Amino acid sequence: MAWVNAIVQGILTGGLYALFACGLSLLFGVMKVVNLAHGDLATVAAYIGIGIIAAIHVPFLWSVPIVVVIMAVLGYVLQRSLIQGAISRGELTTLIVTFGLSIVIENGLLQFFTANSRGIGVGSSLISASFSVASGLQIAWLDVAIFGLAVVVLLSLQYFLSASKYGRLIRAVADDREAAQLSGADYRHVFGICAALAFATVALAGIAYGMTTVVTPTTGTDTILLFAFAAVVIGGLGSLWGTLVGGIVLGVAQQIGAQINISYELLAGYIVFLAVLVIRPQGLTARRSQS
Amino acid sequence: MSTPATGTPGQQGAPLLDVRDLVVHHGQLRALSGISLRVYPGEVYAIIGANGAGKSTLLRTIAGLHHPTEGQILYDGRDVTGMRPEKRATAGIGMVPEGRRLFPSLTLEENLKVGATFARSGPWTIERVYDLFPWMKERRGQKTAQMSGGEQQSVAIGRALVANPRVLLLDELSLGLAPVIVQRIYGMLPQILSSGVTVLLVEQDVSQALRVATHLQCLLEGHSTLEGRPADVTAEQVEAAYFGMGERSEAAESTAVQSAAGQSTPEQSAAEGSA
Repeated sequence: MAWVNAIVQGILTGGLYALFACGLSLLFGVMKVVNLAHGDLATVAAYIGIGIIAAIHVPFLWSVPIVVVIMAVLGYVLQRSLIQGAISRGELTTLIVTFGLSIVIENGLLQFFTANSRGIGVGSSLISASFSVASGLQIAWLDVAIFGLAVVVLLSLQYFLSASKYGRLIRAVADDREAAQLSGADYRHVFGICAALAFATVALAGIAYGMTTVVTPTTGTDTILLFAFAAVVIGGLGSLWGTLVGGIVLGVAQQIGAQINISYELLAGYIVFLAVLVIRPQGLTARRSQS
Repeated sequence: MSTPATGTPGQQGAPLLDVRDLVVHHGQLRALSGISLRVYPGEVYAIIGANGAGKSTLLRTIAGLHHPTEGQILYDGRDVTGMRPEKRATAGIGMVPEGRRLFPSLTLEENLKVGATFARSGPWTIERVYDLFPWMKERRGQKTAQMSGGEQQSVAIGRALVANPRVLLLDELSLGLAPVIVQRIYGMLPQILSSGVTVLLVEQDVSQALRVATHLQCLLEGHSTLEGRPADVTAEQVEAAYFGMGERSEAAESTAVQSAAGQSTPEQSAAEGSA
């Protein structure tokens, strides 16, 4: 039963990892930007959530849409200013600029929030509540809720991309920026909308992480960015549902590793990550290569 | 430079597109050296020339995808030289780019919908494109990557038309297509023209260009070597201008060919006008 438990917990953790990864995947898929500040932005979202709850005493659930909107606006603004400027100067520049952003954010958070770890208080009853499926298989409601949130986020993103006007433009711009311009689309605005979407998912990821455990100013690069990368690469670059597959594979690998020996948790995840890179570098869900 | 006098008969009223002394560089390479052209409403203006003559560069610069180092582009009397490509598109300068450049991950209909997103008001709708190309309707849900070159070219034309452009730039429609398909695609031109669209096209296939054009200009290594109405130029002149035969000096050749064609450079026509 311990193994079944490890697999079930791993699958549920995969939902959180998918939340980490889908924004990263979206930015890369559309703009070819590898956002090295991705994890730190999730941490920022968590801190904003902590700050809002503490400052204006809103109930936890109210703080979520506020943080999502703040992060989405931040995403649009950052894209149109810093990241767009980097894109115009070549793909490598985006790496340097987002790396710089990551350092600035971490040190800014250290300055304002100190290195102490903080969590998003939701009331201990919700965090610790769980139900028993069988003896030795306890499932936390919070994990189920986060997994459900991840699925809802991915479904909404997919619906938006396939059915809405701007979703269509995002796909068109991802295919051929210049041809989209010839159709009258300002790709910089489309990029901005795409970044706003990605940052909205980053906000949810940060809040979810802050609820399941605690954040410190360096959590972003230590944990979230690495797991997001691993999930994206395992699942397949640029594929939305691939992030869920990748997240689940990563989560299950970590839990099984931990089951063998608690110190193998992270190691097992990265071994799977490397194995996928070697055996199937296009990722598990990538379609046959086009053209 | 002085304003050129009215060109050939048939070029009347105000030009829709007025390109003046365009110089374009690709890095160090001078791709266009002082190209001027005027496209009047209702015309089919053809730019011919061999590979590397600068034809596509000219069209892409007019669409805003390249920035000229010198010269001006006036559209409907307005200077659009510094305008972004998407703004030119919504102002009515449409383009079918070389190589079709469809959105491969989008379906046929989605490609048309992207074209229609920022459309001006006008006669062209997705339904009307389906009337022009009846085969599209039942294949609208398909990805365009699986379609033949001719079909893709038709989708690219449709995508440009649904934006209701006033002037449509067609870049090498015949590229990579069988002659029969090229004929069929150019066969659509009258229907496009009758909807009030003016056409500026670039074509390597000279005989095809001569069949449809009301006015033509030949480029050679970024210079203009011949300009006029197809009826006024002989096959020999076109051949000489196309391949750069005759005098070796480009400048001399350009003047010689243009004089021989009964045409004149802008400077000359200004002189003639004042004479």
